[in-house]
Amino acid sequence: MGNEFVQFSLTPLLIGILAAVACALPGNFLILRRQALIGDAISHVVLPGIVVAFLLTGTVASLSMLLGAAGAAIVAVVLIEAVKRLGRIEPGAAMGVVFTAMFAGGVLLLEQTDTSTVHLDVEHALMGNLESLVWFQAQGWQSLTDPAALAAVPPELPRIASVCLAMAVLMVVFWRPLKLSTFDEGFASAMGIPTAVLSFGLVVAAAVAAVASFDAVGSIIVIAMFICPPAAARLMTDRLETQIWWSVAFAVASAVCGYVLAGYGPLWFGGQHAVSAAGMIATVSGVILGLACLFGPRRQGAGMVRAEG
Amino acid sequence: MSETLSGAVVEALLLQAGYNAALVAIGAGLLGIAAGAGGSFLFLRKRALVSDAVAHATLPGVGLAFMVMVALGSDGRSLPGLLLGSALSATAGLYLVDWISRRTRLAEDAAIGAVLSVFFGFGVVLLTIIQTLGRGRQAGLEDFLLGSTAGMLFQDAVIIAVGGALAVTVVLAMRRPMMLVAFDAEYAAASGIHVRTVDLIMMALVMAVTVIGLKVVGLILIVAMLIIPAVTARFWTDRTERLVIIAGIVGGLAGYVGAAISAAAPALPTGPVIVLVAFAIFGASLLFAPNRGVLAAALRHRRFRLRVHERQGLLALARGEPILDGLTLRVLRSQGLIRPDGVATEDGRAQAAKAQLDERRWQEARQIYRNEAIAGRYDGLTAIEQVLTPDEITEIDRRIGGPARVEA
Repeated sequence: MGNEFVQFSLTPLLIGILAAVACALPGNFLILRRQALIGDAISHVVLPGIVVAFLLTGTVASLSMLLGAAGAAIVAVVLIEAVKRLGRIEPGAAMGVVFTAMFAGGVLLLEQTDTSTVHLDVEHALMGNLESLVWFQAQGWQSLTDPAALAAVPPELPRIASVCLAMAVLMVVFWRPLKLSTFDEGFASAMGIPTAVLSFGLVVAAAVAAVASFDAVGSIIVIAMFICPPAAARLMTDRLETQIWWSVAFAVASAVCGYVLAGYGPLWFGGQHAVSAAGMIATVSGVILGLACLFGPRRQGAGMVRAEG
Repeated sequence: MSETLSGAVVEALLLQAGYNAALVAIGAGLLGIAAGAGGSFLFLRKRALVSDAVAHATLPGVGLAFMVMVALGSDGRSLPGLLLGSALSATAGLYLVDWISRRTRLAEDAAIGAVLSVFFGFGVVLLTIIQTLGRGRQAGLEDFLLGSTAGMLFQDAVIIAVGGALAVTVVLAMRRPMMLVAFDAEYAAASGIHVRTVDLIMMALVMAVTVIGLKVVGLILIVAMLIIPAVTARFWTDRTERLVIIAGIVGGLAGYVGAAISAAAPALPTGPVIVLVAFAIFGASLLFAPNRGVLAAALRHRRFRLRVHERQGLLALARGEPILDGLTLRVLRSQGLIRPDGVATEDGRAQAAKAQLDERRWQEARQIYRNEAIAGRYDGLTAIEQVLTPDEITEIDRRIGGPARVEA
């Protein structure tokens, strides 16, 4: 362990954990608001945003990518609203029309663009490349205190760390209005909480989490982490506070187990090569959700909840 | 689009771009018809996004089928084998969505998202295993993500064309019960239709479309072929049977034209091209559809405004008040109701008197029928003759006295 671990595994592992937590936090509220598929839609529309940002600036600098993706997310939200209102179409179908078309546009733009000089292609966007985010300068654990080596950590790490922190801070700051408007929107707006603004803010926060994680780990993890850990947590408890902690624990467990299984699992079975870490993290989160569905203490929910289903 | 490319597209559209390309275009067209019509049942059942979970759930099946076929000694690229594998894992995914939303407190959207991402993630793991099997070429399994018709084998094109034709046949054969269930499941159950069986057939159709479409549209975007035509058709009609037919036409058109464009530009993945063609048709419908379209709504709104201004202008004339609003003056002038200097014409005075009488009759009618629905019909625009019978109006006139004269 030691040196090799710090050099090759520490940063991808940390990035995986932080990305998983950053997505799982807003995911808790999306699940409760029946907006789980917003995460799916966002992770698709991010692609055209990133491609357009690349075409405009010619670089893959993180700020322009982030702005491009956020712009695409806003365009998507406006388009979905327009289709819903103008055609009186149900939200699911409206979402399906907009995100598939935008994703298709993004793929075609990408195929038309010369991106051979930069790391930008469809497969990377879907599957990410967690394994490549290594920390070459690290000499071992002591590098954690060495400023020169620390300056050379992959830029994805500080980025996703700050986004993850921002998600946590936002959640704490807006905890009360967010919780109220999630469980009883009518009551919340009667209390003077701007529920529409809050709802849009949640979508934007989810988009930011999606973009930051997307850059590092690809869109599969983003969708899986928005939904699986919070959904599993929902089956463990009736209290929102407890559910959040469970979801964070599940997200961390998925990231760690997924990464380790992807990196070392094939070796145990006599294989030579690691498999996709992003895919494995999504798979592990699915296994956790499956176990929660079978054995979670609150899997059935109160009678009221059943009546809605 | 360059000269040569557009020429090549026209050539492909006229089925002149080679036998395989023609077969693929026809197959994509048939697939589009089946997807559009089948998707509209799903859309009416408000389960459009279930198909997204089904589509993403095909990936591990493709990977496993490839590995099994390699283990059995073939090269693993046989399309029927891969499609069979994808159908099996799609069935598992569909079953899980159903199971999670029935057996746990999680809503269907969470179940869809969970199945979609986990199956897809597991599929990616399998793809990376296949990549490292030492076989170098990956049997083009990536083509299943976004669809690719370039260099397609003849027998694969036949499978797609035959599969598309079969799916269309199922739609035709099952259209009555599926329409009934989609429109009103409880009524359908009451009239003796086994709703669960029809739902199963509907999902089987969606699955068939997904599996056949894997090679052409790809699993990420096939959901668009199921949703966009139905949503597009919704802008053109309020009737279920027409919705299904229009959705079939839109889907068929998008599949055919998209495959033709892609045959002319083989570097482009086929799926996104087909989806964007479908989206273009959707966009045109959103703007120009006769009743629900944006343009029609804007025109309707404009007509309504003009009527309000005309009516209020006439009432102002009748009361001898000055008209100051620019739009009102323009409307009255263009109708020849006032002269350019603002004085009412003969016709204008007559119509003003009529409008005022109408207003007074309404006032009286709302007193008489205070507690009836008729009072709610008053909107300041509807002529009272359209609501009440001549007898009732005579009675009202008796109470208020005849029309008053409007002076110039």
